[in-house]
Amino acid sequence: MSEDAKIKVTIDGKTIEVAPGTTILNAARQIGGDVVPPAMCYYSSLEGSGGKCRTCLVEVSKGSEKDPRPMPKLVVSCSTMVMDGMEVKNTSSERVLDARKGVVEFLLINHPLDCPVCDQAGECHLQDLAFEHGLSKTRYEFKRREFDKVDIGEYIKLHMTRCILCYRCVYTANQLTDSREHGVLKRGDAAEIGTFIEKNLKNDFIGNVIDVCPVGALTDKTFRFRSRVWYTKPVDAHCECTKCSGNAVLWMIGDEISRVTARKDAYGEVKEFICNECRFDKKDKNQWTIEGPRKISRHSVISANHYSKEIPKHTTLLNKA
Amino acid sequence: MTRKLLLENDHIEGIRSYDVYRKNGGYRSVEKALKKMSPDDIVEEVKKSGLRGRGGAGFPTGMKWSFLAKPDGVPRHLLCNADESEPGTFKDRYLMERIPHLLIEGMIVSSFALGANQSYIYIRGEYMYVLQILEKAIQEAYANGWLGKNILGSGFDLDLAVAPGAGAYICGEETALIESLEGKRGNPRMKPPFPAVKGLWQRPTVVNNVETIAAVVPIVNDGGDEYAKIGIGRSTGTKLISASGNINKPGVYEIDLGVSVEEFLYSDQYCGGMKNGKKLKACVPGGSSVPILPHFLVCKTATGTDRLMTYESLSEGGFESGSMLGSGGFIVYDEDQCIVRNTWNFARFYHHESCGQCSPCREGTGWMKKVLHNIEIGKGKMEDIDLLWDIQSKIEGNTICPLGDAAAWPVAAAIRHFREEFEWHVKEPSLSQTQNYGLISEKSFVTESV
Repeated sequence: MSEDAKIKVTIDGKTIEVAPGTTILNAARQIGGDVVPPAMCYYSSLEGSGGKCRTCLVEVSKGSEKDPRPMPKLVVSCSTMVMDGMEVKNTSSERVLDARKGVVEFLLINHPLDCPVCDQAGECHLQDLAFEHGLSKTRYEFKRREFDKVDIGEYIKLHMTRCILCYRCVYTANQLTDSREHGVLKRGDAAEIGTFIEKNLKNDFIGNVIDVCPVGALTDKTFRFRSRVWYTKPVDAHCECTKCSGNAVLWMIGDEISRVTARKDAYGEVKEFICNECRFDKKDKNQWTIEGPRKISRHSVISANHYSKEIPKHTTLLNKA
Repeated sequence: MTRKLLLENDHIEGIRSYDVYRKNGGYRSVEKALKKMSPDDIVEEVKKSGLRGRGGAGFPTGMKWSFLAKPDGVPRHLLCNADESEPGTFKDRYLMERIPHLLIEGMIVSSFALGANQSYIYIRGEYMYVLQILEKAIQEAYANGWLGKNILGSGFDLDLAVAPGAGAYICGEETALIESLEGKRGNPRMKPPFPAVKGLWQRPTVVNNVETIAAVVPIVNDGGDEYAKIGIGRSTGTKLISASGNINKPGVYEIDLGVSVEEFLYSDQYCGGMKNGKKLKACVPGGSSVPILPHFLVCKTATGTDRLMTYESLSEGGFESGSMLGSGGFIVYDEDQCIVRNTWNFARFYHHESCGQCSPCREGTGWMKKVLHNIEIGKGKMEDIDLLWDIQSKIEGNTICPLGDAAAWPVAAAIRHFREEFEWHVKEPSLSQTQNYGLISEKSFVTESV
């Protein structure tokens, strides 16, 4: 097969031609829309990520043109390669929806559901996932897992209680920086992200663990409890930076920069990681060149902030008089 | 009368030492293999023998060996999985403890067949004393020229080392074993790539159970055809069974595959019947991961034929009315045992051993344990039984490695066959704390399966 040969894959009845070696998830993302399975642990720029959360399970109803047998088990779309003629069922399969509902329930049974006080609320992947696929009540009647909050960096707070153990931050720290300083300790539902010996993570790019975290387990201490994300206005901006590309998103409250994050794509993935200096230290508007408003999906709660009209004041009986 | 292949010389005093082992015909297979056979001949003999993996999954060993990728210039590895941690299974420990040289002999022959020059025995950390026995045996083998450079002048080099685990059941899963051996956290890898292509240090690797590797010795000595004469159908050769529970003679037995379960359970040659004349209530025929069988399905299958100790017969009827040979951990329960308590105990084990990598297993195993504990201590509700069924069905098949399945199956089988006992626990919370339910009625199965 020549290099640019394409193979055909059908997902939920929609056919696309992709390069060999593409995963089902990425093929689905090329189609876009409803056929894209949710992914909590897969992160395209992190090598080795994926396969852990099991939310992206799909049914392969036809293996390939050569071997049309269906795959007996549901497979993780983030790490299963497409074959020529493969037919995949995502939302059109009851089995998939049922299994996904199960996975969401598993992810939530030990999650504190403290969204009202969580900084991630509004841009939380677990929140979106639960909203879309979860149940409105819990069947879990036991005490939830709890951990103490830890400072794992000068500006990074680890709240392990919220963690869903996607391992993204572990891969980020391993692959973006030179030293391997944090990992997963213990096992089973006692597993936790940690540095083992309590110490701060210090290197120029460690702040990116905050951006890759799908939940509110890793948060920016310069932003913690300052504002709900939907009260801030995101703008694209760039700056001269010697360490990184300098392309970032500023989250503004009025004229103040409340926080700086990297730019994320439609699937919440950072394409250009930014350095700690840009993220934590450049909080003055003059240090940035603002490009314009950040495009946010209109379904996102963050877009709710874009009021077009002034809110009318309530008229009361007293005012009338 | 069963002919023993692995434990033939078990009764000889001092068989653990090299001299006695050698005097009783030890290392003959190495001489035969290295002097008279090519690696492909050995793989061919193993294929002919029909030997299937003895660790639990029962995958044909010869086929596994022939899948091994052989790119030029890339070293290959043979790993022996001695991380035997399944509750109810203790055959490998017995074999390594009594006849360590048999395993080493098997490792040499198998490494030669696969072209591996550096092989490892990965042993569970709790078997530290067995590790010392093995290390002593390896030293003896080195001293007598069976390991090292240019073995028997054949030009074949082999280094063998023992590596201990740190107390994790999950490291018995082959990719987790490889991770652990590489010095990392013992998390199973995503497959593909399979170890046969990218295993230890990204090199082609074969992982085999202790008993599988030991069985290569008689296969090379007597030929694959001779080995295949023992057994029935696709279950060939002999199998070590670790029998435990309420029987008169618990222990490790080497049986011909094809012995009937009834004979194994009741004859004096093997388990010697139920202890204290009690009645049989249930049996787990293949280690804690496999489905439990109620008393009326142990010796007979659902269709009324005799159940035999073979891969096929034990799994006859699927999970509806069958089980699996698994790793051969034969656990027998008499009428005084509580299935709810036993299921909780198993669930507790899998919760403790889940690596925590993928969500269904990490969260589901703990949840099942907690619900089962509630039922066991008399705080259960009727809907908890359906909840358990739902949790296990959401775990099974949806995890990275088979630990999720292994955690789900015992719970599923216990509810499938013993639902009336679970219901009794819920209905009689105080009585269930002082009494046991006894045998379940045969009817309950018939209604369940319809």
